[in-house]
Formats: sequence, structure tokens, C-alpha cells
Amino acid sequence: MIEVQQITKRYGQHTALDRVSFTVAKGEVLAFLGPNGAGKTTTMRILTCFMPANEGTARVAGFDCADQPMEVKRRIGYLPETPPVYQELTVTEYLQFVGRLHGLGGKILTSSMQREIERLGLGTVQHRLIGNLSRGYRQRVGLAQALLHDPQILILDEPTVGLDPKQIIEIRELIKNLAGSHSVILSTHILPEATAVCQRVVIISGGRIVAEDTPEQLSARLRQSEKISLTLKSPAADTDSRLKAVQGVQNVFTSGASGTFLLECELGRDVREEVARLAVTSGWGLLELKAISMTLEDVFLQLTRHEEGLASDAVVASAEPAGQPA
Amino acid sequence: MTPVQVIIAKELRSYFVSPVVYAVGSVFLLIVGLLAYLYVVFAGAQAIQLTQMQGSAQINLNDLVFRNLFASIRFILLIILPILTMRLFAEERKLRTFEFLLTSPIGINEIVAGKFMSVFLVFLGLLGLTGLMPLMLALFSDFDWYPVLTGYLGVVLLGALFLSVGVLASALTENQIVAAFVSIGLLLVLWLLAGLGTLLGDTAIGQAVSYLSFMEHYDHLVRGLVDTKDLVYFFSGLTLMLFLSHRVVDSARWK
Repeated sequence: MIEVQQITKRYGQHTALDRVSFTVAKGEVLAFLGPNGAGKTTTMRILTCFMPANEGTARVAGFDCADQPMEVKRRIGYLPETPPVYQELTVTEYLQFVGRLHGLGGKILTSSMQREIERLGLGTVQHRLIGNLSRGYRQRVGLAQALLHDPQILILDEPTVGLDPKQIIEIRELIKNLAGSHSVILSTHILPEATAVCQRVVIISGGRIVAEDTPEQLSARLRQSEKISLTLKSPAADTDSRLKAVQGVQNVFTSGASGTFLLECELGRDVREEVARLAVTSGWGLLELKAISMTLEDVFLQLTRHEEGLASDAVVASAEPAGQPA
Repeated sequence: MTPVQVIIAKELRSYFVSPVVYAVGSVFLLIVGLLAYLYVVFAGAQAIQLTQMQGSAQINLNDLVFRNLFASIRFILLIILPILTMRLFAEERKLRTFEFLLTSPIGINEIVAGKFMSVFLVFLGLLGLTGLMPLMLALFSDFDWYPVLTGYLGVVLLGALFLSVGVLASALTENQIVAAFVSIGLLLVLWLLAGLGTLLGDTAIGQAVSYLSFMEHYDHLVRGLVDTKDLVYFFSGLTLMLFLSHRVVDSARWK
């Protein structure tokens, strides 16, 4: 549905996108992850034909963004970073305007508006001026705008910003339900969101794609070793060296006096059983023992920091036993 | 609905929801009404004077009321129309709806045309209300309707030109105040070109400079002269300004 090939975008001297290529299949949900200024919004603006790329081609639903922008625009639902709402209109007036811009009219327009108002829970505010609505409601009106003409392709720039947790879950469910029949690209800062909703993740940094894979494979690929966190009640002085002596353990880090140890082990080797036995037989008072899986946060930090040449930092960051399952 | 109609409907809605149209409209009608009243009273005083001196008086309302009024309207429009046009594009850019508009399946020419037409309709509505004044005068006096109607044609064309300059200024910036000042400035320059033309005298350059100003073209229409040359001036000026607006809106995407 979406094919992007070798796209480069420059603003004066600054290169915002550097030979970016990716594809999105029909019915797929793709997440765009990246720090601020990485080029996420620029990519979306090129795909929606708001701005042209300097080099490379972008094709949406078989139409070239540079040559046939009208055909592309008809097939895309776009939610920009700031919800594009007119404060002086009511929700229904606004949706009516958007629908008419897309050539909807009569019964189809009415039923589409009804569908989106219900789907996004706008029923109670539909006759209020958008200027008087809260941030969360405006965001939902913006989403309704993008979905109104039932486009094949949705491009959502941070769709869950400003929503409360319950709404966030609702919107994620909504996006998941759209998958299959719609192709979706969404950008996000919230990493669990990418894991929750998307089949594929593209990590972009400094205008370049640094990784592209499923969330699970990304973390698997970047994991250089298995990590285990171990908490003991009364560690002995030689605990360090004895843990290190366990077959498969490569490194042992101590974090303070709290009795927490971080063990780095060979890939594909589970040493938990042995470590547990050792702890019990030595009478160290085993409190906790768990494997740390690398979360998307760690992957993200590692990849984007790598880019800035701070590889050593990234190792420390991923070695912190803070990784909660996403 | 065609795309242009969709834009016009939305813009009209936005205009009448905001207090700007009501404020601008009432000031415009108040000043025009007051001026008309003053010119009529002045004409009446002159009639009384002439009657005392000659026993009878023939007052030309066209000269004493309408020509003066049309000359004044020129200046009122120069101040007031930029306030109507300033929001058209500047607001879209400020509130980030500009991106939405340009990613909708609608052409830039349709956006520019729709926005211009909407503010033009607002202006026609306001101008229509001033029509009460000649209608009321017609009840109590006799005057030649022809130059009044061509005068109105002149105001309509002049207003359209002013509005198109305003649309261009609004496309140039995301600050509404700046947009208003830029269009007032551009219009004042167009006005003063007439003075510069006179200064340069009856040379080719002088005539060319005078032609660029709306003054003589508007004056012809107010005096009852409908000349193709003047109509061409207004229509080409309008087209040029809207074309430039289109280019400015298009180029804003690149930044």
C-alpha cells in the first residue's frame, strides 16, 4: 500500500531525511519510533503530499505522491501532530465540513458522521464549539476527521497524546480493529504503544532508519546476553566470585548494598536453576530471582544512542535492572 | 456542493461566528451613514443659501452627495477590508489547520477562490445595506441613478481589488496583525502612485505610474464613465493578486 524509496528531504543545509526506504503492506500497522526531530513528521508530511521530497519516490496505494497528489489525498486519513480543528465550529459542523471536502454528501455523510461520533464517544459534545472542548476531546475530533471518509490508509501523528488512560486503551483497540482492512502508520513516543498495537516497528533517528522489524525480534536481535537479576537477604563477601564461577555466567555486577546482583550470561543459556541452588545451599537468603527481558525502551535507547556514538552509555542503560515487561 | 462552495460555506460560518464581522460591519455602516447624513445636510444648507440669493435653487445631489460619499468610502474600505481578510490564511497557519487543508483532496486554487469569494460576499452584504441610503434619498428628491449605479460598480470592483490584496497579505504571514498592516501598506502605496504619476507629469512613465493606481479608474466609474480600460485594470489586478496568493500558499508547503 505504501512504498517509500530512498527519500531525502533537506531544509536548507539541514538534512531531515536521509535515503529513507520502507514499505507498508495492506492491513498492516506500522509504528514510527524516534526521538524528537528524527524525521517522523517530515516523513508523514511527504506521504500526505503536504510537502515534496528532494529525492526519492513515495507511492501510496499505487499513486505517486509527487505526480498524482489528489489521488493520494483521497485515500489517506491524516491526523497531524496538532489536531486540525476549527475552534469556532461545533463538532458536527466541523465533521460536515471535512466530509464535504472529501466529496461526501447526503445520507452517506450523515451516516459516516454518526459512525465516527459513536466510535469516538463524541455524542455528548457533538453540538458544542470545538474551542470549548478539552485537549482529549479535540484529539478525538481530530481522529474522527481522519476516519470520516473511511480511507484505506491512515497516517496518525501521535494519536494518543492528550488522552486519559481509558481513552488510550480505547483508541489502541480502535487502531487494532482497523488493522486488516486498513494500512496504518502511526508515530509515537510511547514505546509500549508500539508493542501493543503494531506488527512492525521502524526506528528512525537523525533522519535515518536505524532498525525495522517486529517488536519481539527487535529486542531479540539486540540482546547481546541473557540477564538475570538476583536479590539476596544476606550476601557473603565471596558471593561475587562464587556466582561468577557458575558455568555460563560471564559477568556479575553489584548494585549497592541492597544485595541485588545483576548477572550477565551466555546467550541461550538459563542459569537460574543453578544460581538458585547455590544461593540456597550457601544460605544467602534468596529473595528474588528473575530474568530480565530487553524491552523496546532498551532497544530504542541503544539504537538511538548508538547513532550519537554513545555506545558505552547504551550498555549501561540496558544493564540497569529497571526493565519491566512492556 | 463543489469544493469552492464547501470552502465558502465554512468561511461564512466562521465569519459570522466571530465578532469581527459585526464590529467591522457596524463601524463601516455607522461611518458611511454619518457621512451620507453630513453630505445631505450640507447640500440642504447650500440649497437654502442659493434660494435666498436667487429665489430658486437647483441642487445636484449626484455631485454634492454621491461623489463625495464614494470618495470617502474609498478610504474607509482601505482601513476596514484588511481587517476582514487578515484571518483568512494567517489563522489557518497559526492554528495548524493549514496542513489539514492542504492534505485534503482539494486544489489550492479552490482554497484561494473559496476564501476570496467568502469575504467578497461578506463585503457585498455590507455594501448592500448602504443601498438604503440612495433609496431613501430617492423618496424625497430627484437625482440621476446612472452615476450612482456605476459608482456602486466602482466600489464593488475596488473592494474586490482591496480584498485580493488582503488575501495575499494574509497568505504571507501567520500573524493576523502583520497581515492587516501589510495589506493596508500595499493599498496605500497603490493610492499614492496616483500622486507620483501626477508629479511625473504627462510622460510615458507618469502615465504608466498613474495607471497602476486605482484612483483614476475608480474616479471614472464614480463619474459615470464605464470604460473597458478601467474594468481591465480591476480584473487584471484581482487576477494577479489571487495568482500570487496561490503561489505563496503553494510555496509555504516547502518550508
